[in-house]
Formats: sequence, structure tokens, C-alpha cells
Amino acid sequence: MAGTPTDVANPDRRNFIVLSTMAMAGIGAASAGVALVRTMTPTRDVAGGGTIEVSLDGIAEGSGIVATSGRKKYSVRRRTSAEIEAAVAGDADKLRHQETDAERVQRPEWLVLRLQCPHLGCPPQGTAAGEKRGEFGGFFCPCHNSQFDTSGRIRKGPSPANLPVPKYFFASDEMIVIGKEA
Amino acid sequence: MAGSRSPFKNPLLKGFDERLPVLRAVHHSMTAHAYPKNLNYWWNFGSIAGIMLMVMILTGLFMAMHYKPSVEEDTYGINQAFRSVEHIMRDVKGGMFLRYLHSVGASFFFIAVIFHMFRGMYYGSYKAPREVLWILGCIILILMMGISFLGYSLVWGVMSFAAAEVITQVFTAIPVLGDGILVLLRGGEDVDDALLNRFFALHFLLPFVLAGVVILHILTLQTVGSNNPLGIDLKSKKDTVSFHPYYTFKDIFGLSVFFTIYLAVVAWAPERLAEAINNQPTDYNLPSHIVPEWYLLPFYAILKVFTWDLNLFGLVITGKQLGALAMAGSLGILFLLPWLDTSPVRSGRFRPVFKIFFWGFAVCCVILALVGAQTSGEAFFIPTPFGRLPLGFDGGNGFVWGSTQQWGVLFTGYYFAYFIVILPVLGLFERPKQLPASISEPVLA
Repeated sequence: MAGTPTDVANPDRRNFIVLSTMAMAGIGAASAGVALVRTMTPTRDVAGGGTIEVSLDGIAEGSGIVATSGRKKYSVRRRTSAEIEAAVAGDADKLRHQETDAERVQRPEWLVLRLQCPHLGCPPQGTAAGEKRGEFGGFFCPCHNSQFDTSGRIRKGPSPANLPVPKYFFASDEMIVIGKEA
Repeated sequence: MAGSRSPFKNPLLKGFDERLPVLRAVHHSMTAHAYPKNLNYWWNFGSIAGIMLMVMILTGLFMAMHYKPSVEEDTYGINQAFRSVEHIMRDVKGGMFLRYLHSVGASFFFIAVIFHMFRGMYYGSYKAPREVLWILGCIILILMMGISFLGYSLVWGVMSFAAAEVITQVFTAIPVLGDGILVLLRGGEDVDDALLNRFFALHFLLPFVLAGVVILHILTLQTVGSNNPLGIDLKSKKDTVSFHPYYTFKDIFGLSVFFTIYLAVVAWAPERLAEAINNQPTDYNLPSHIVPEWYLLPFYAILKVFTWDLNLFGLVITGKQLGALAMAGSLGILFLLPWLDTSPVRSGRFRPVFKIFFWGFAVCCVILALVGAQTSGEAFFIPTPFGRLPLGFDGGNGFVWGSTQQWGVLFTGYYFAYFIVILPVLGLFERPKQLPASISEPVLA
């Protein structure tokens, strides 16, 4: 081939130019890639919302309600004093996922949980008074028989972790907001 | 390629290449082919067009992740398709940039291809042995026109609807079968949901078909070799250089200039080349003044200037049929160009008379674009930075001297005459200048 540039006067200089050109092109391609992938991230109308207000009015002791935000389900359960005692007593037991009851509630009477079993994502039962609550009186996952205590901690079954506690705060004595902290 | 030995020293690359020789194919196409050493900057537009195709496919892919081809209207009377385009513009991160890269990108893809084709026409790149290369290019142009029309419809704005309505109507000019074809295109009697969905499917598919034709175009190029500004065959190794690094870097430079302009338009004037009325969702009424995107204007002009019927010994061809035939013919005749040009000399540089008619043809395309953009019955004018330059006036009694339509007929005539009369005759009578003996010794006389 005529004029193939093997005989350059200053190869270091050429290598520097070639490498820096390729580096600039690489940076350009990478930035374009980042920008393109960024268009795939959730838009604000999808990601933004997600907070819900739940009225505590009318929830009887020993029962609860399931609140829904988008596709997410939350359990807001009003515990009896016996259930609270059982939960606190459970702190001393050998737990798969060690958490104290005090870490999991803001006010002992109210247990707020994301209803998504850490095993494979089914919604556990046990929020309303009549539902199956399992051996430990808390929650029961019908998919693969995970059983949770009255603090929502895993006691038996395949779930590797406790039912997650979402961000929430008490807007008043009668109202909580789930989805963000105060 | 096949059977050649792996050119790589790195054992990983060498081992892989010996098992799947794609790397050597790339290496081969970059280094092994001899390219003429005198290619000028007009030769940049081929690779620029290729890069633009990649930009369009990438930006289009990421927009398709958000687009909804549905005409269903919300409570404000805005259809889902238009809403999803708004969603891309307003909510998707970087979405406005993404969409403008795509819509402005279509224009710049056409700019690159138009320069590329005119370069080929000036330097005679369509002549033997490059006829197939040229024909594949013509197929690419037609695919691009179709794809851009399909994509424009997807916005489902006022002008999107008008385009879909009018262009699908063109097919009813076909005798007997026309109405059936119309229903098949639209998926019903009217421009509606079915049409939008199949347009989206086709707009997604056809760019990949286009990419396939581009690969054939490049394979043909590597087989017959590049033409060059002198239009003469390569005589010795002294006439050639390898593609890399000479033309990779020349192309990168040209590409940088091109992209600077492209991105400047994306950033500062993204709606400059668009019809503002398409930023309204369609209400299924045709606007009074229908125009396509600028790159389709010359062909739209040829479609619309035929307003009279032709009576061929009792066989009546309607004006609508004439327009449709002429538009199809204006593209079809490009395929015959290699055989219509009878001159043995390729490059226009050595053809003094051809040059005049060639630039006349370029002007002709610009005039036809203006005709396509203006109202048929009114006085024709040329827009300049200082105002309108009128080329017609009102003759009274409703007759216009130099109307858009009349200028359109005149230049439609030139368009076809260039191919059917001028090029065949010119080759027989023109006396070309003396050709140089080779690229490396161009000055002989």
C-alpha cells in the first residue's frame, strides 16, 4: 500500500494523538450512552407520587386495613396489648433477622408494614381481624407458608427477612402518611 | 476475506478471529482496499449518512420505549399517540433532546444523502462499473422517503393526519386496484387506529431493512471501488491510499463539522425545519395548506402540478393519475441514469457543457421544492433574506402569469428532460476536455 504511515518522524507524538483522539471519542460515546440510558429511567409521573395518607379513624383494636399506593400494598394494623407484649417478648428469641420491636414501630399500638413477602413478593395475610395469621399470630404468606409474628418478623418458613417497614410518619393522632418521613 | 490469514497478533483477538472471522472482515475493509488518494470533501457524505442512520436507529429505539400508537382520546380530546410524544418531550429525562435529535436528524440524514447523490451525479459515480452501487443508493433514498413519512405520521398531529390522508390517497390513482390498496394500507376506510399501528410497526422495521441495503451498498463499493474527482480508473499503487488512517480521519473531520451544524440546530432551532401546526393534536380536519417536510417537497411538487386530464386516443388519464405517475417516474428514472448518460467520461470536471446542465438540475430541484411549498394558483416567488422575489403577477380576470403551478410544470419538464433528453444527447455531441493519464500525474496537457 502506498504511503502506509509506518515511517513517521515522531512515533511518540503520533501515539499520543491517536490515544487522546480515541479517549475523546470514548468519552463522547460513553456520555451519549449515559444520556440514552437515562431516558429509560422512571419519569417523575411514575416515580414521583407514592405517598398516601391513611386515616386511622375507625380501625378497631386487633384489626387493620390494607392501603394501596400504585401497585404497592401496605398494612396498617392496630395491635392489642397482648400482641404488643408478645412482640416485645419475641425480642429475646433467636430470630433469623434480628430486630427489636421498638425498632420496627413508631407508636407500639400501630404496626405499619409493606405487604410484600421478602421471599418472592406475595402479599401476606393477617391485616384484618378475620384473616389467617399463622402460628405466631402476626402474618401468614399463602404462597410458601412464611409465618410472621406480631411485629412482622419472620419466624418460620422460607422468607429470609422480616416484612419491611416503609417510611411513614404520624401527621396527627388520626392520620399517617406512608411513603416519606416527616 | 475468507481464506485470508488473521491479521492480528494479540492471541485473544487472533484466536477469536480464527474461529469467527468478523474482525478480519472489518480490518480488511479498513486497510486492504485501495482508495483513490484524491477524494475530496464531497466524498465525506457517504460515511456521514451512515452515521446519521445509526443516530436515527438509536434515538428512535429509545423513543419507541415511551411511544404509544393509539388514537384513543383523553378527556381533553388529545389522542394517546400525541400525548406520549408530549410525555417524551416533557417528562422523559433528556427526552426533548432525544426527540429533536431524531426529528432534526431526519433532515440532516437527507442533507447528507442529497449531497452524496449530487456528488455522484456530478462526478459520474453511477457509470460502469458502479451501476448496482447507484441503484442500491436509489433504493435507499426511496426507503428513506417512506420511513420519514411513516415517522412523521406517528406524532398524530394536524399535519401528521394530513400527510397520512393525502399520501395514502395517492394510491387510489392506480386503476382498478387502487381502492383495495387504500383499504389495505389504512386497515379500514379511514385514517384511524389501524393505520397508526401498522405505521408504527413499519417505521420500526424498515430502518433495519435500510441498514441491510446499506451493507449491500458498501459491499458493492468495496467490490467495484470508489470513484474519484477525476473520474478515471486507478492505474497504479501510486494512485491509492488505505482507508485507515487517511479517510477515517478525513471523514472524522467532515463529520465533526457536519455534527457541529446538526447539533446547533438541535439545540437552538429544532423547530426551524418543522411545521409548527403539527404541534397540535389532530382533530381529523385537513388544514387549508398542506405541505410535507422539506426533503419531500420536490416530489410533492411533481405530484401536484398536473391539474389537467390527458386524452390518449380515447384513453383518459386523469390529472391525479398523471401526478402519481410523474412522482413515481421522477424516482424510477433515477434507476436508469447509468444507461441514460451516454458520455464515456465520468467526471463533470472534464465536461464543460454537462456542468451547465448539471447546475441547472440542482437549481431545478430547489425551484421544485419551492413549488411544493407554495400555493398552486398564486404568483410564484423566491424567498430571500430581503423579502420575496416575485416571479409571477396577477394578470386580472383570475389569471396569474407565472403561477406556482406554471413554474412547477416548467421545471418538472426540465427534471425529466435532464434524464431523457439532455444526458443521452449530450454524450454524443459534447467534446470533453483531455483526461489526465492517472491520478498521480494529473497535469499532462
